[in-house]
Amino acid sequence: MAETAIDNVAAGEAEGLAGRRRRRRLGPGFWLPAGWIGLVVFGAATAGFWPMPAPETIDFLNRAAMPGTVGEIELAGQTELSEFRYLLGTDNIGRDMLSRLLYGARVSLLIGLLSPLIGLLVGGALGVVAGYYRGRVDGAVVAAMDVILAFPALALLLAITFYLGPSLPNLILALGFLSVPASARVARANTLSVARREFVLAAKAMGASDLYILVREIVPNVLMPLLVFAMLLVAVLIVAEGTLSFLGLSVPPPTPSWGTMIEEGRELLDQAPHVTMIPAAVMCLTVLSFNLIGDRLRSLIDPRESRL
Amino acid sequence: MNAPLLSVRELTVEFRVPDERTVHAVSGISFDIRQGETLGLVGESGCGKSSAARALMQLPPPTGGEVWFQGTDLARQSGAVLRRLRPKLQMIFQDPIASLNPRHRVAEIVAAPLRVNRLLPRAQIGPRVAAMLEAVGLEPALALDRRPHEFSGGQCQRISIARALILEPALLICDEPVSALDVSVQAQILNLLREMKGRMGLTMLFISHDLAVVKNVSDRVAVMYLGRLCELAPSETLYRAPAHPYTAALMSAIPVPDPTQPVRQVQLTASDLPSPMDPPSGCRFRTRCPRAEARCAAEVPPPREIATGHQVACHFPLTG
Repeated sequence: MAETAIDNVAAGEAEGLAGRRRRRRLGPGFWLPAGWIGLVVFGAATAGFWPMPAPETIDFLNRAAMPGTVGEIELAGQTELSEFRYLLGTDNIGRDMLSRLLYGARVSLLIGLLSPLIGLLVGGALGVVAGYYRGRVDGAVVAAMDVILAFPALALLLAITFYLGPSLPNLILALGFLSVPASARVARANTLSVARREFVLAAKAMGASDLYILVREIVPNVLMPLLVFAMLLVAVLIVAEGTLSFLGLSVPPPTPSWGTMIEEGRELLDQAPHVTMIPAAVMCLTVLSFNLIGDRLRSLIDPRESRL
Repeated sequence: MNAPLLSVRELTVEFRVPDERTVHAVSGISFDIRQGETLGLVGESGCGKSSAARALMQLPPPTGGEVWFQGTDLARQSGAVLRRLRPKLQMIFQDPIASLNPRHRVAEIVAAPLRVNRLLPRAQIGPRVAAMLEAVGLEPALALDRRPHEFSGGQCQRISIARALILEPALLICDEPVSALDVSVQAQILNLLREMKGRMGLTMLFISHDLAVVKNVSDRVAVMYLGRLCELAPSETLYRAPAHPYTAALMSAIPVPDPTQPVRQVQLTASDLPSPMDPPSGCRFRTRCPRAEARCAAEVPPPREIATGHQVACHFPLTG
């Protein structure tokens, strides 16, 4: 009896698994946006190594120059003027657009990646703990998150800029703090459904501690939905930085960011639309890429694995 | 007869629900499980079978009552003592897929109980896991590196059994272990449980709503209705001569695979299970019982022994 059972099971496995083991394909819907983000990250990381002017260097003779204009400007690290072709033109006071775009990518990426990371770590931990323990812990966390959600975000950002000064770290921390409640909610909702499942009960029955159950059984199941949500958060926060520039709440000038570039180009929109449109297009593509990757990841979560 | 491995006394499980109401899932049930036997626990869904089983495991602990296991009352133990005792009581569940963490490989799932309890040195865990998988009828080489969703329901249940038995528990609680499986796979899993029971000297509590399955595996059977025990008897006796009207109704509902036999279903007076939030006074079965009289509403029928090892909680039993 036992032997035949083993044979049956083994035979059934061999047939069924070959098909099921196929690798899930990511496809161009993932690789194109991932490639663009790779390009932006590469540009931001290597911005200092290219033979181009520093983002603050001004060519007074070529203000709001069209893409392709040739002018004379000091390249980064040099004191002499040299001939340089502004591939993407210059902005309204004559700074190289490409250089500002690459340095600006640093700000956008730092805000877009670090702030959600803070939200994810803090909010994720709070949400998982609240969803697992339920009861009073849950009540306290949910109440605290509701307070933060109800608090006007702009008032907080204004207060931080006013008292602590406008700086990139302050901005990242503030936006991170503001993204905690949403992450906590996503984590809590997923934890509630995972913690009800029987493998959690089985872990308790074998004598596992709460910490073990949280780290080994729950978090791996909550991580994927949280990551998908984080992709959305990245996109939202990159746009948020752009919006905050218009209120003067982003990084202080002359540090370039995509948001401040769009804002500064506004004055010359009728004569030199490229000053606004190029950073806007780059921001749009980047945000779109993060959204597409998020969508792709969501559809990749195996429905068998995510079902209840 | 053997000494009881587990003695349950007046086990009560109540849940608070919104609006200050209470669900009386289990209301004072008492029974023993003897060393080496399989006790079946049957009843329709919602009668408190699973709540009772989880209360035995202290997951969560019962609202009241005692659960004596090897000389300790589990219901009174603190976290640390309880955790040390847990490996001796293991459980397998109804949903074979939800029982296994979809993010873990089978090797990790089956090894987890050993790791958590630090029972074996690291080097011995691998061979032990492989041996256990082989014992439950899975090819270790094929199974170890896969995740649960790559297996069928029956195979997942085998993995669950391996995880529960790797701790060499004294008592295995099976909560509807085959209800979610195809009939042909049910038989395989039941055979496996029987084989493992013989090999490891297990004592089992086997919960099911399927009377045929319970009869097949159990030495004694307890019948539960709306949080109370109706009848407890050796399997043979119970199926041959049920004493409680509810048991009789259940038995008559077992389909007989013979079209020439007349349908002999006992007629119940109301077909819906009363709400466990507001159970009937006296005997809980009286609202559906064809033999109910005024006394049944006034007095709770105490369990009494009508023959050796045959307990029934009814004022007007059918036999004895």
